[in-house]
Amino acid sequence: MATTVINVLNQYSRDRRNLIPILQKVQEKEKYLSSESISEISIYLGISENDVYSVASFYSQFRFIKPGEHTVKVCLGTACHVRGGARVLETVERELKIKPGQTTADGKYSLETVACIGACALAPTMVLDNEVQRSMTPQKVVDLLKSKNKAENDAK
Amino acid sequence: MPSNSEYTIFICEGTGCVSGKSHEIRLALEQKIAEQGLSNVKIDFTGCHGFCEQGPIAIIEPDDIFYTRLTVEDVDEIVQSHFIEGKPVERLFFKDPVSGKAIPLYKDINFYRKQQRIILRNCGHINPEKIEDYIEREGYNALKTVLGKMTPSQVIEEIKKSGLRGRGGAGFPTGMKWEFCQKEQSDIKYMICNADEGDPGAFMDRSIMEADPHTVIEGMTIAAYAIGANEGYIYIRAEYPLAVKRLRIALQQAEDMGFLGDNVLGSDFSFIIHVNEGAGAFVCGEETALMASIEGKRGMPRPRPPFPAQSGLWGKPTTINNVKTLATVPVIINKGSEWYAKIGTEKSKGTAVFALTGKIANSGLVEVPMGMTLREIIYDIGGGLIGGRDFKAVQNGGPSGGCLPASALDLPVDYERLAAAGAIMGSGGMIVVDSQTCMVDLAKYFLSFTQEESCGKCVMCREGTLQMLKILEDITEGKGKEDDIDLLLELSKAIQAGSLCALGGTAPNPVLTTIRYFRDEYEAHIREKRCPALVCKNLITFYILPDKCQGCGICKRGCPVDAISGDKRMIHIIDQNKCIKCGNCLDVCPERFSAVTKVSGEKIEVPEELIAVGSWQNSESEEKL
Repeated sequence: MATTVINVLNQYSRDRRNLIPILQKVQEKEKYLSSESISEISIYLGISENDVYSVASFYSQFRFIKPGEHTVKVCLGTACHVRGGARVLETVERELKIKPGQTTADGKYSLETVACIGACALAPTMVLDNEVQRSMTPQKVVDLLKSKNKAENDAK
Repeated sequence: MPSNSEYTIFICEGTGCVSGKSHEIRLALEQKIAEQGLSNVKIDFTGCHGFCEQGPIAIIEPDDIFYTRLTVEDVDEIVQSHFIEGKPVERLFFKDPVSGKAIPLYKDINFYRKQQRIILRNCGHINPEKIEDYIEREGYNALKTVLGKMTPSQVIEEIKKSGLRGRGGAGFPTGMKWEFCQKEQSDIKYMICNADEGDPGAFMDRSIMEADPHTVIEGMTIAAYAIGANEGYIYIRAEYPLAVKRLRIALQQAEDMGFLGDNVLGSDFSFIIHVNEGAGAFVCGEETALMASIEGKRGMPRPRPPFPAQSGLWGKPTTINNVKTLATVPVIINKGSEWYAKIGTEKSKGTAVFALTGKIANSGLVEVPMGMTLREIIYDIGGGLIGGRDFKAVQNGGPSGGCLPASALDLPVDYERLAAAGAIMGSGGMIVVDSQTCMVDLAKYFLSFTQEESCGKCVMCREGTLQMLKILEDITEGKGKEDDIDLLLELSKAIQAGSLCALGGTAPNPVLTTIRYFRDEYEAHIREKRCPALVCKNLITFYILPDKCQGCGICKRGCPVDAISGDKRMIHIIDQNKCIKCGNCLDVCPERFSAVTKVSGEKIEVPEELIAVGSWQNSESEEKL
């Protein structure tokens, strides 16, 4: 694990301006920011761990716990809101039995909300593993998660 | 008869169309055309056309045929019928939502016909990953003119004469902003492009960067030359991965061709651009917060003055412009400030881009001259509301903006007039709502957003928005009190006065405008515990109408909490204590029965226990017997 973080750090100079890009790169590789990673970054940049946390916790992009295998992001932008985004979120919550920010007990799904993904003409939307899903309805949510699970079971 | 025409098919690969599998469609087309050995068909892709709702979209030149809602399954028919037999596929034409007619040609579609595309001029017409396409459409000509023939002061003068104002929302004159920075004496200056399009409901900056990244780079380089900066940053939301990718490709190409880097186009001006990805903080759209974020700090605003032009990034003079502002600059240089100043109204020159969404028939990006009325935008271009429903309100400018009612439809749209009506130009989000949207709920939605995104520095913004949110929650839950409206107005004033940046300064706008124009809805919630739009969960009830239920059981099977009891050919009943008001029963009840209804402030009589379909008699009919 530590080698991944060190490999990322070696791409950047020891300059504070690189803190956010480093955090982003580390999260991209490791899916989240572990306390070990934060510690490595703090030593590398010569700033306190406190300082690194204060920046990382300010931005909603950063996670401090390991996410599930798949991530569902429900868009709560305005266009999605007026076209039923809240119902989409409720359905995902009900189907996965978790709230935003949580991961299912089997470690399979994490649920997040996002303020707007900028695909407003397709509202309401959600993003499943980086794929934008358009014009969602509660029924489509149920079907999508079912087919995702089925595809995985078949693959096994 | 086989067609010998030469065709080029442009598939849209903007975020919207890609979500509809447009990339797969392009690959399938390529394969099919190779199989058929057709040498007369070229396949290319473009960025966003702004008509995402109709996506995936394709345009076929030279005929200018416009295909909508494509799927991979359509590929065979397009190749056989259009490219081999020369007959366009009619069923894929755009269908006008108003007239219902199929319209084959791009230029005849009302959505596009009434627009004037200056900022979006190249969007959908060029391959955003090919610099040659941009150059073919006058790309980088403006930069050549500026570096070859103009001094920085002349550039600033030209922009000032054009009347261009910042398209990020506040509308500050761009030429003046550049002049302030130019006049500062400093060895280092910075040029920043603000691409942190954080307003929910706005996506024009994303579309421009995806569809025409070079115009942003060219505009930014011209601005840097004018102010005397050699280093620039594009601060872009991490939520826009495709735009980031295309910008990086474009930057590399521009550098390879000498439009960026040391001695741009052989001049003694050098300029490089870095891309910084935002990390999901709305407040970073504010310029001082944005700079703090680039410096690797928490993105919190600071007091101004000093303004960025005097002390910006790392304390150096800095200019920050929005994506759309910069995309306009090359056009002004190419066509002249006089030409530009003729478009628009007296104080608001040029065009404005709106993201027209919500309950509108044609959702998408719309660019119109300043001064066009809301009615023209919503009805002529937008095609009116979905299903021809009645217009209730339009929300302009996102969480900082306001909701305008039907009486404002003839308002010409420009900076001043929108502000006078209580809304703002803002980022250009324009969300149309009908009677199914509750205005109190909408105000609550925006406030919960700003409350969550408040950075916490100013007490009034941090705590005041929280108090306002709690009051709005009470109102929507039926716990509103008579003096709540006055309290909201009072808190709004305090928050506006006590916040450093525009986030807090404008956060009350959605509440203020909904109270100003839709006070009766607030009063219905507070006094009658009723939500007229049937949205607020605590105030609505779902019923199965006993005289209409046919006992089919679809609602019972679809209920996620087993709140519906019933049996075959028995009238189904909702247990109101169990019901979570998800509305699924209403969705799934077959239209021919329409037996599920949603009401607020009224009670519908239903049987207390299961009885057979057809045997229901309510108390009134019993009395008659």
